[in-house]
Amino acid sequence: MPKSPSPAKAAVAKAAAVAKAAGSAKGPTGAKRDRQASPAKSGREAARAQGDLVPPPAEGSSASSSAGGDPVGGPATAGSGRATSAAAGDRGASGAVVRSGRLAVRKTYKLYIGGAFPRSESGRTYLVDGDNVALASRKDARDAVVAARKAQPKWAGATAYNRGQVLYRIAEMVEARRDEFLALGVAAGELDAAVDRWVWYAGWSDKIAQVHGSANPVAGPYFNISAPEPTGVVGVVAPASFLGLISVIAPAVVTGNTVVVLAAAPQVAVTLAEVLATSDVPGGVVNILTGHAAETAPWLASHDDVNALDLTGVADPALATELERAAAGNLKRVVRPPADTPDFTADPGLHPMTALLETKTVWHPKGF
Amino acid sequence: MSFLEYAPAPESRSVVDIAPSYGLFIDGAFVPASSSGGVFKTVNPASEEVLAEVASAGAEDVDLAVAAARRAFGPWSALPGAERAKYLFRIARIIQERSRELAVLESLDNGKPIRESRDVDVPLVAAHFFYYAGWADKLKYAGFGPDPRPLGVAAQVIPWNFPLLMLAWKVAPALAAGNTVVLKPAETTPLSALFFADICQQAELPPGVVNIITGAGETGRALVEHPGVDKVAFTGSTEVGRQIARSVAGTRKRLTLELGGKAANIVFDDAPIDQAVEGIVNGIFFNQGHVCCAGSRLLVQESAYDEVLTALKRRMATLRVGDPLDKNTDVGAINSAAQLARIRELSEVGATEGAERWSPPCELPAQGFWFAPTIFTGVTQAHRIAREEIFGPVLSVLTFRTPDEAIEKANNTPYGLSAGIWSDKGSLILAMADKLRAGVVWANTFNKFDPTSPFGGYKESGYGREGGRHGLEAYLA
Repeated sequence: MPKSPSPAKAAVAKAAAVAKAAGSAKGPTGAKRDRQASPAKSGREAARAQGDLVPPPAEGSSASSSAGGDPVGGPATAGSGRATSAAAGDRGASGAVVRSGRLAVRKTYKLYIGGAFPRSESGRTYLVDGDNVALASRKDARDAVVAARKAQPKWAGATAYNRGQVLYRIAEMVEARRDEFLALGVAAGELDAAVDRWVWYAGWSDKIAQVHGSANPVAGPYFNISAPEPTGVVGVVAPASFLGLISVIAPAVVTGNTVVVLAAAPQVAVTLAEVLATSDVPGGVVNILTGHAAETAPWLASHDDVNALDLTGVADPALATELERAAAGNLKRVVRPPADTPDFTADPGLHPMTALLETKTVWHPKGF
Repeated sequence: MSFLEYAPAPESRSVVDIAPSYGLFIDGAFVPASSSGGVFKTVNPASEEVLAEVASAGAEDVDLAVAAARRAFGPWSALPGAERAKYLFRIARIIQERSRELAVLESLDNGKPIRESRDVDVPLVAAHFFYYAGWADKLKYAGFGPDPRPLGVAAQVIPWNFPLLMLAWKVAPALAAGNTVVLKPAETTPLSALFFADICQQAELPPGVVNIITGAGETGRALVEHPGVDKVAFTGSTEVGRQIARSVAGTRKRLTLELGGKAANIVFDDAPIDQAVEGIVNGIFFNQGHVCCAGSRLLVQESAYDEVLTALKRRMATLRVGDPLDKNTDVGAINSAAQLARIRELSEVGATEGAERWSPPCELPAQGFWFAPTIFTGVTQAHRIAREEIFGPVLSVLTFRTPDEAIEKANNTPYGLSAGIWSDKGSLILAMADKLRAGVVWANTFNKFDPTSPFGGYKESGYGREGGRHGLEAYLA
């Protein structure tokens, strides 16, 4: 039986879809906290200006709603003025607003540290697409490293089978929140690829040691075996795309590392954090910070309790160089930004995992 | 004459013919250094006798060497793997044929006992070339993709503790993968690399595939910072490793680093004590303790402390320190005056910080650089001799009660190169091996090396692996 989204959920998803669709033409965001002066209001701001009233779905709409989250409901366009697509009809139908008279409950976009959703200790936020998003500070980055370090031994000590199941559960939960991600502007194809990538990496958990390890035929009476182990805590400057974000988190954590991620697209990243928080991922395994990578990344790069740094999302070569240089302080393993625009849809190969692995070789004599 | 005294049994120096001076090996020929370079002397650390005068490569020489390697890269990488393999097999054979010459040379220039250069270093050098020779035409099966490609010109800088062996660890996989190399041996031990250049000529290796440039730190810096190199491989101190990691930041150069260590050698009370004591001695006094993976922190379970210490001191009293060329010598000369000064300084710090120092009665030669095998007991984790790499025949002894405490202490270091475990209980060994943050774990053995066995560190002991299938990754894209 096809699952049918609850009316409330469908409404939220649609509301977000409207906002995203309307906001697609907006200018740069997040640079200034100056709502009043903003010349071009984003879709969501526009929606709020009109009262944030979200209609309940029309009767029977949930039954007709597809799993893909296609907007349903009549194309009522009564004078909203901001409706730029059919999707806008759901939210913008003033008739519906009048009918429900209900004020929408907005989401607060916070950090994700140690399995909790704190605000930035600095108290700062910045404006992204009309949302106040927590602006992470140096202290937040350090708190996240502490959380990641605390979680790392237990996560690495979990069985590979268990880690694989947890990653598969993440795939299930992303799939379940399809509508929300789509509403945030993630393209359907990219979302599919992201779910599939979680599944792909889930399967690697109990195979990477077999593919990347070895039994070594040494010239002597010794048992000698090499096996990969996680390097520890990994700082990640994530690329903006959703598939890119998954493509840097999954290979790091599947092998037992824990990560502190500096996200580029905050709403999508925080929504992913909400997925992780409900996917059996132990708190602290993935920590997500929103804000400006140029501000927080140097603290991760120079942090002595971080073992590796993934710079995949760093677009500015000067910043990448500065971060790599800082990472030399405790000889972090560094994944440099790709030389060319990365194609995250391509087969990632083993390197995203092996770059964050150590090889341990154990010797023992044989004899009676 | 007691049973521990032997008549001198020196290996003959006549098998090795050291020239009074050596140039740089660039593009298949020995050439003098340019006006930007100079010369320096290399001495026998056991006698302070000058062995030869060696060219010091300046910036222009580095340019020439990198250019030669670049020119050679195209044809070398285009050679069928099977042909590259045959060059490497040929080199391995010549090393075997000239093994005694190389062993004597290495002991003269480095100060290590002939027993080690003859039985460990040189056989492993030949074995490394044999091992990687066989990979040259099998790279697509190595697990790094269906069509792995060489990187280009590799800049390789190696230390003085295992001069020829470190060369083999660097050169063999680089050439097998189709790269060309510019290698700089350490300032105090340049000779075996220059003899290797001669071996390359003997093997008729195409000019420019291997270039050897001698010099000090400045030469190394010019080499690794040269814009014409695609890959940097360094073995040496963590401090220099950090500088190199900084210098390659922002470039597309690939980097592997094999740096310092402060390995814990952990002895449980159920260990076979006599074997453990042999392992402890081998762990810290092998090669005068000039070993990055030396077991320089002995962690003894309290219940076995007295027995282990008594046996260890008894065994240390039988170590013979002296002429590296004597076949009965266990501990040779410290490689340089500078290294001796560092060992002395840290040992004095150990005593002033409150640890108890002990050495067996031991007569040291009047000439040369020598340091008696030494242990410190009563060492705590805060002592500098428990934290810093001494790189000499100095062992710090700590104790523990439980496996958890042993793990805690063993991992309490920024390094993570190696570790040792001594116990008769299999499940304990495997659980300990899992929890030690170190790249090589020797259980009921220590300081074993093999070309098939990956070697390299966690944390500030560097990154990348040398040896085995894993060692190819550093030279392939």
